[in-house]
Amino acid sequence: VEAAAVARPRARRWGNVLERQGVLASVLISPAVIFIAALVAGPLALSVYLSFTNATAGSLTGDWVGTENFRHEWSNQSFQDAAWHTFVFTVLSQVVVLLVAGLLAHALLRSFRGRWFLRFLIILPWAAPLPLSLMGWKWMFDTSYSIINWTLEKFGLVSKIDPPQWLAEPKLAMGSVIAVHAWRIIPFAVVIFLAGLASIPKEVDDAAAIDGATGLRKFAFVTLPLQLPIATVALLFGIVFTATDMAVVYILTQGGPPPSFSTEMITTWSYKTGIESGSLGPGAAISLALLPVLAVVAIGMLVFARKREVA
Amino acid sequence: MSSGFKDKTLSYLIVGPFAILLAFPFYVMVITAFKNGTEFYDATASPYWFKNGPTLDNARYLFDNTPYTTWLKNTAIIGVAVVGITLLLAPPAGYALARLSGRVGQSLGVGIFLTYLVPPTLLFLPLFWVINKLHLQDRLLALILVYPSFTVPFSTWLMMGFFKTIPQELEDAARVDGASRLKTLFRVIIPISLPGVLTVVIFSFSLVLNEFVYAFTFISSTAHRTLSTGVYTDLIRGDLPEWGAIMVAALIPSIPLALLYNTFLDRFIAGFTGGAFR
Repeated sequence: VEAAAVARPRARRWGNVLERQGVLASVLISPAVIFIAALVAGPLALSVYLSFTNATAGSLTGDWVGTENFRHEWSNQSFQDAAWHTFVFTVLSQVVVLLVAGLLAHALLRSFRGRWFLRFLIILPWAAPLPLSLMGWKWMFDTSYSIINWTLEKFGLVSKIDPPQWLAEPKLAMGSVIAVHAWRIIPFAVVIFLAGLASIPKEVDDAAAIDGATGLRKFAFVTLPLQLPIATVALLFGIVFTATDMAVVYILTQGGPPPSFSTEMITTWSYKTGIESGSLGPGAAISLALLPVLAVVAIGMLVFARKREVA
Repeated sequence: MSSGFKDKTLSYLIVGPFAILLAFPFYVMVITAFKNGTEFYDATASPYWFKNGPTLDNARYLFDNTPYTTWLKNTAIIGVAVVGITLLLAPPAGYALARLSGRVGQSLGVGIFLTYLVPPTLLFLPLFWVINKLHLQDRLLALILVYPSFTVPFSTWLMMGFFKTIPQELEDAARVDGASRLKTLFRVIIPISLPGVLTVVIFSFSLVLNEFVYAFTFISSTAHRTLSTGVYTDLIRGDLPEWGAIMVAALIPSIPLALLYNTFLDRFIAGFTGGAFR
């Protein structure tokens, strides 16, 4: 009885501490924050450290080499190509994404019979696991027997004897990975655009109608400006997803085709250097080239968040 | 003819072709999955349909002659463990960020969200170093440890947006009735947050199935592969990929996941836009 009497106030005291808003908040937040710090911030710092060493994948240890890795890669033709390819891959696929997704979102805004089903078909490339659906693409790009060349041959658009090798000719391979990545990101952009369009209040439509704004004029002067912030968010995400992607390029072309390696990206070049060749330090230096992209996108996101707060 | 009819026709004309184009690879995958293997390299067989009728041979080959069931099991183990860890960490943090922490919490929330932007391609080399130091290379545990690095930030952000949509008054009423914060949490908040928790489960699982870089870097033996890498690396007989079996292998997890994804899409959007568009 006595023990219980002692225990109860203690329990209450603990309860009281948890009643304090700040304490409860820290108790609930810190596990997640500590975990994220250990698995994201820690490795990021480790990556910076490794990039200044000649550590190998075998021994894991290495000597401090200063900026040697960075200087070497900066003047390395392979790295320069990879950076340029990443730029082209990202910009072109995002241009396609914005155009197609903008169009689709506007058309999907109205309600019509079968919209649910059509939206489901459009979502598929984003909803299905990418490494698995990429195997479908790999088969479709197959040179002699698969569906793309079979169809083009039927229409007499390509020669039967020398059909296009979608993943083995430098320019076609780049075009293919751009198309597949756009295919993957379009659904994501469509749903974000739709959310943005749906958030435009009905009154704006009415006001535009009273002022006589219709069709293209309404799109240019009313819808587009209101749509711009959310389009920016979709674009910022798209840039990160594309510039830092390795699955599409690696599964389809492995950064090839040799000897031009026209689809070698920063990501695949860092994988080949760090893991396949075992040069962990130089590999880390290469991957850090993605940091400026992330920084720009992060700043863009923060500006957007600030604006929403003010609004 | 009304302008409504014209608008609808225009929608069909725009959405229809693009929907077909976007879903086309999945059509090809389904046909290939049930196609007789001899037709793959037969120029007279249309790739759009079956020449000798559909067959279950590919599925049978996949389950009888390949390690596919092992990969399914590995993926399920990792998925369940990662979802468990995520559920322990993300909902409490999301709740606190939405309700308790004021301005500091707001910047912390944005900070957590930004960590979601840090991609595996930037972290896989230092994490390879860590995994090897811990002697976890080629073990499922390596992926269980690493995957929450992206499921937790994403889910925390998702739950934060979710809790912001729940009226504060519900909690206030319980508090006025004399319930402590903890009691309110267990009696009021956790029951109403079940839809949000379900969303976290689905999207965490989806992120696990989508992950390629870590699985490809940390796992080296066929027996420890997951679906996302095994289907790519190991379904080859002789020199040729087993296209039929590969498509069966890809479709089995994809179809249920896509259906679930579509059902929970609105919550996903709210998660990405931080609940800004409700």
